[in-house]
Amino acid sequence: MTAQPLLSVEGVSVELPTPRGQLLAVDKVNLEVAAGRTLGVVGESGCGKTMLSRAILQLLPKQAALSGRIMFDGQDLVQLSPEALRRLRGRALAVVFQNPMTSLNPVLTIGTQLIETLQAHMGMAAPAAVKRGIELLAAVGIPAPEQRLRQYPHQLSGGMRQRVAIAIALSCEPKLLIADEPTTALDVTVQAQILDLLAREQQRRHMAMILITHDLGVVAGRTDEVAVMYAGRVVERAPTTTLFSHMRMPYTAALLAALPKLDSPPHTALPAIAGRPPDPTRPLPGCSFAPRCSRADDHCQAAKPPLGTADHAGGQYACWHPLQPAALARA
Amino acid sequence: MAAENGKLLAVENLVVEYPVGNKTVYAVSDVSLHVDRGETLGLVGESGCGKSTLGRAVLQLRRPTAGTVMFDGTDLTKLDGEALRRMRRRLQLIFQDPIASLNPRRRIGDIVAEPLVIIGVTDRDERERRVRAVLTAVGLDPDLTMSRLPHEFSGGQCQRVCIARALILEPELVICDEPVSALDVSIRAQILNLLEDMKRRYGLTLLFIAHDLAVVKAVSDRIAVMYLGRLCEIGPTEQIFTHPAHPYTALLLDAIPVPDPSVKPAVNVPIGEPPSPIAPPSGCRFRTRCPRADQRCADHVPALREIGPGQLAACHHPLSAAN
Repeated sequence: MTAQPLLSVEGVSVELPTPRGQLLAVDKVNLEVAAGRTLGVVGESGCGKTMLSRAILQLLPKQAALSGRIMFDGQDLVQLSPEALRRLRGRALAVVFQNPMTSLNPVLTIGTQLIETLQAHMGMAAPAAVKRGIELLAAVGIPAPEQRLRQYPHQLSGGMRQRVAIAIALSCEPKLLIADEPTTALDVTVQAQILDLLAREQQRRHMAMILITHDLGVVAGRTDEVAVMYAGRVVERAPTTTLFSHMRMPYTAALLAALPKLDSPPHTALPAIAGRPPDPTRPLPGCSFAPRCSRADDHCQAAKPPLGTADHAGGQYACWHPLQPAALARA
Repeated sequence: MAAENGKLLAVENLVVEYPVGNKTVYAVSDVSLHVDRGETLGLVGESGCGKSTLGRAVLQLRRPTAGTVMFDGTDLTKLDGEALRRMRRRLQLIFQDPIASLNPRRRIGDIVAEPLVIIGVTDRDERERRVRAVLTAVGLDPDLTMSRLPHEFSGGQCQRVCIARALILEPELVICDEPVSALDVSIRAQILNLLEDMKRRYGLTLLFIAHDLAVVKAVSDRIAVMYLGRLCEIGPTEQIFTHPAHPYTALLLDAIPVPDPSVKPAVNVPIGEPPSPIAPPSGCRFRTRCPRADQRCADHVPALREIGPGQLAACHHPLSAAN
């Protein structure tokens, strides 16, 4: 826990111009990940989690305005030249996206895409790259890797394509892997296999990993720390076990409560969160969750709660009326 | 197994096959199930297991290759033309992608009124009255929605519009095909609660198709599990969750991520992925991923047989027998 972070995101904001005005997609976010650790970033559509990952990768849309520092392995990614960034991305910084069909080139074979990466970033000669490519496909659980090298993405199932995307991401021994909803498009059984694969490779390579998801169930068993995002901000952040045992932020608790439970009887009404997230082009003066929060009062509407310093359990939360851990049992 | 008073829908030995090039996709193979009036039957399985095809074959949107679909005593597979159109008013469908299932150039009021136009309700005032009533029922304010276009609404609101459109003809059976899969967690709960509410209010019978067992559990009285075109197991929801008989059901349950860090992710999730429905394995189709499979599973297709009260499983080596 005290290890020097590999990545530290410091006060990062991302603003995007839209026809309706400036959209604050990411609002002064601070995060760290150390080598060998996994950080889960949880939030619903539009909460800014994907924009945050694109900011780290420096893959923001051209018109986006970024502020803050992103320190990775001793250098500020925001200040790097495009050439230096290109060398870093794919090499030390790798990413796996939600939809493997769009991240793989449909007109090139799996082999070409994998081997090209190894030749471009690792400077391998063709025979060595082919050999390494076969090893990588085998490592991510693809049967008959020699044959697969000659196949095109459309000839593989969704799960197999995601394995190929992971193989390409791992091919250059990255220090940080960002997995952005890597299993959302997949079936539950395949999801479990892919999450296991990511966890195994992360451990084996002592990589840092950021696992971005909308599903609290996915982060529960597979991350060291979790940051919950809402309307562009980190609203709660804690070691994973602390988050679930000492949940403080009403939004996180509501998100957990809204999940259908396996142990409740059929036809149990779900505690839904009323309404929907605020319009990001019209930021609220107070807490963004206040309009949907049962604990909100006038103060919440008027003043934005800061993400406080870590309490004794290591958790931080942005709330004027945090839940008491005992209250969680009822939530 | 003839249609009785209790059964609103009875699917018997349903087969759906379709050609792909010079091969055949065995999408649904010999599936029989029924849904009682007022009941919700959850239908689960992985992508490509034939659950959506089954839903469409019930509505005759895809004509079955063989088998019967008895709806309230009438075999829908024997109907066509006007007779089928008349019958379809009593069955409606809700799709996964609410935004894609609404015409982006038409106003919400017109979209929801369209089924009334199709069945020949010519009185504008009556149409408007009914549109207003159903929009209010699904939790939308008619004055704020009727004259607006779909893009002005979020996914959850669009799904409410789709539900309103499905309910306006007051159907008896609604087939929900992954109705909440495209929605965020907080919105998903709202829509599931709305479906439960509408079921009570309109006295609906639901066939609820989804890949997420936790979602299916929240709304279903009974659950049917499909794998690669065949029915593996069917039974009361609680029974399926507490005592799954088919190894596939058990593995599906194990694979669900549990939002509790003290529960370690399961290690025995099924290896690999389902084989292609173009060349399904002989015998039991799950045998290639099943830890209990033996020679008998390769040689003989297991018949669906009773394991417990109301619980049927198609397995030579069911779990309850061993436990």
